[in-house]
Amino acid sequence: MIGARVELHKAGFALQVDLALPASGVTAIYGPSGSGKTLLLRTLAGLERHASGRIAFGDELWQDDQRRLFVPTHRRGVGYVFQEPSLLAQHSVRRNLEFGLLRTPAQERTVGWDQAVELLGVGPLLERSPAALSGGERQRVAIARALLAGPRLLLLDEPLAALDLARREEILPYLARLQRELALPLLYVSHQIEEVAALAEHLVLLERGRVLAAGALVPTLARLDLPTAQEEHAGVVIEARGDGYDPQFALARLSFAGGSFELARAPIALHAPVRIRVQARDVSLALSAHTDSSILNRVEATVVQLQAAANPANVLVRLDVGGTALLARITRRSQQQLGIAVGSRVWAQVKSVALIA
Amino acid sequence: MMLADDDWSAIRLSLALAASSTLILLALGTPLAWWLARGRSRWRLAVAALVTLPVVLPPTVLGFYLLVALGPDGPLGHLTERLGLGLLSFHFSGLVLGSVLYSMPFVVQPIRNAFLAMGDRPLEVAACLRATPLDAFFSVALPLARPGIVTGAALGCAHTLGEFGVVLMIGGNIPGATRVLSMQIYNHVEALEYAPAHGLAAGLLVVSFLVLLLLYRLDPQSRAGPGNR
Repeated sequence: MIGARVELHKAGFALQVDLALPASGVTAIYGPSGSGKTLLLRTLAGLERHASGRIAFGDELWQDDQRRLFVPTHRRGVGYVFQEPSLLAQHSVRRNLEFGLLRTPAQERTVGWDQAVELLGVGPLLERSPAALSGGERQRVAIARALLAGPRLLLLDEPLAALDLARREEILPYLARLQRELALPLLYVSHQIEEVAALAEHLVLLERGRVLAAGALVPTLARLDLPTAQEEHAGVVIEARGDGYDPQFALARLSFAGGSFELARAPIALHAPVRIRVQARDVSLALSAHTDSSILNRVEATVVQLQAAANPANVLVRLDVGGTALLARITRRSQQQLGIAVGSRVWAQVKSVALIA
Repeated sequence: MMLADDDWSAIRLSLALAASSTLILLALGTPLAWWLARGRSRWRLAVAALVTLPVVLPPTVLGFYLLVALGPDGPLGHLTERLGLGLLSFHFSGLVLGSVLYSMPFVVQPIRNAFLAMGDRPLEVAACLRATPLDAFFSVALPLARPGIVTGAALGCAHTLGEFGVVLMIGGNIPGATRVLSMQIYNHVEALEYAPAHGLAAGLLVVSFLVLLLLYRLDPQSRAGPGNR
């Protein structure tokens, strides 16, 4: 567990959090710009000297004002990937990678040179100068460099924010591999819900320096009382498994607790875990199974909660599909015409399902 | 043109003064510039102003106070005598002390600017890669500040070579001990010996130019020019 009860006042902004984060897997710190995400990460790393409170990593104390304890950054064993790739410009890629490695005692090295170089695909870049790299390459070098310093916790501060869309898509698979292949807890700051949905298992929602919610990603994204539900791209993440392939129509089948979806894509290995995302705006509701509709995916569901949407024409509906949560955004008029209320049995028609990991 | 022995001795003295002053200035000025750029003490601004004073004061003012302080009745004079060093005024080491104080702002200012310009990020990166603050200073900050250090060294060296007022006040004009090049030129002119004055003046001009050129050439950034970093 990472326990952080910290307060920090800086230039009219107040960060005030009390968090217990799992010391494994990927935890996303999500929130709008200016919500204090970066400040929280910097505080954990020990880069904000004026933060007060108590920070514990497992049974190790990093900061405790009552005991006047403050472990400086270089002794916390954290890796930090900054928003803009911060390579040491006067050194080659190789020497950048060696910088932390050479300062890490052998018994604290967790990722080997070959593994880091291979994981991030930086082998061909080793002799180049940082100035000769693209933004995406620089960020990959920065991540490999952080890994080579044997971190016990990797902090990533919007590592994709400074990159264009194509570069983001280039790096995301590397991050996903990182998460799968290393037993290293990751704290990932982002204001892109797609990145969060693809990578994280846990979610911390920040707004104006306060924690709105913290918990497992899937149930948290299905909550209607949080601002995430009001976003244009609001939606749920579903953990599913490969469940066969229909070669006649070239459709891959995925099943999850309570139902299954079919996707127009290449076969997915049987029982292989995958993550899918269904946006609320892509789910429409009907009172009967429309077999005369072109929409492929239809599941029977129970309405468990209704919530007014920010747009007064809409209403948000939370559905239960045999244990799996689904969100739908429909118009208030449709809701009243169909008489949809908590407890109604409906058919959810899912227009689009995205495979994200 | 032949130079007389006392001309050569003045040249040797000037070079020794410039070299030792520049080395001491770099050794003292770099940590001082670091503290001025990144320290959190409330004395920072006062010290910055103090260090910059020689830029605005006539050298004679600094020289006068140094003469008083280093003399037999001055606090520094007492100290050096008690330490068994004797009096530093009218002595080469007194000249070094005066030059160091007088040229300090020209060395500290560019180095301080270089430390300010790099910002916090490189040091934060180093700390997150397990570098101690001292390690980060040597392995990250100093290499990044190199252009500023080169500029500071060049200015400090050239400024010391051209030193006149402070030297005159605390060193006098003792041949072989404190009579530096600028003083020797002055003496020649006073004696209406324009030919040797010309020789020394032109030599100082050329050497100063070459020193500056060499130091700038060592710096890849000033060699590359704008837009090519």
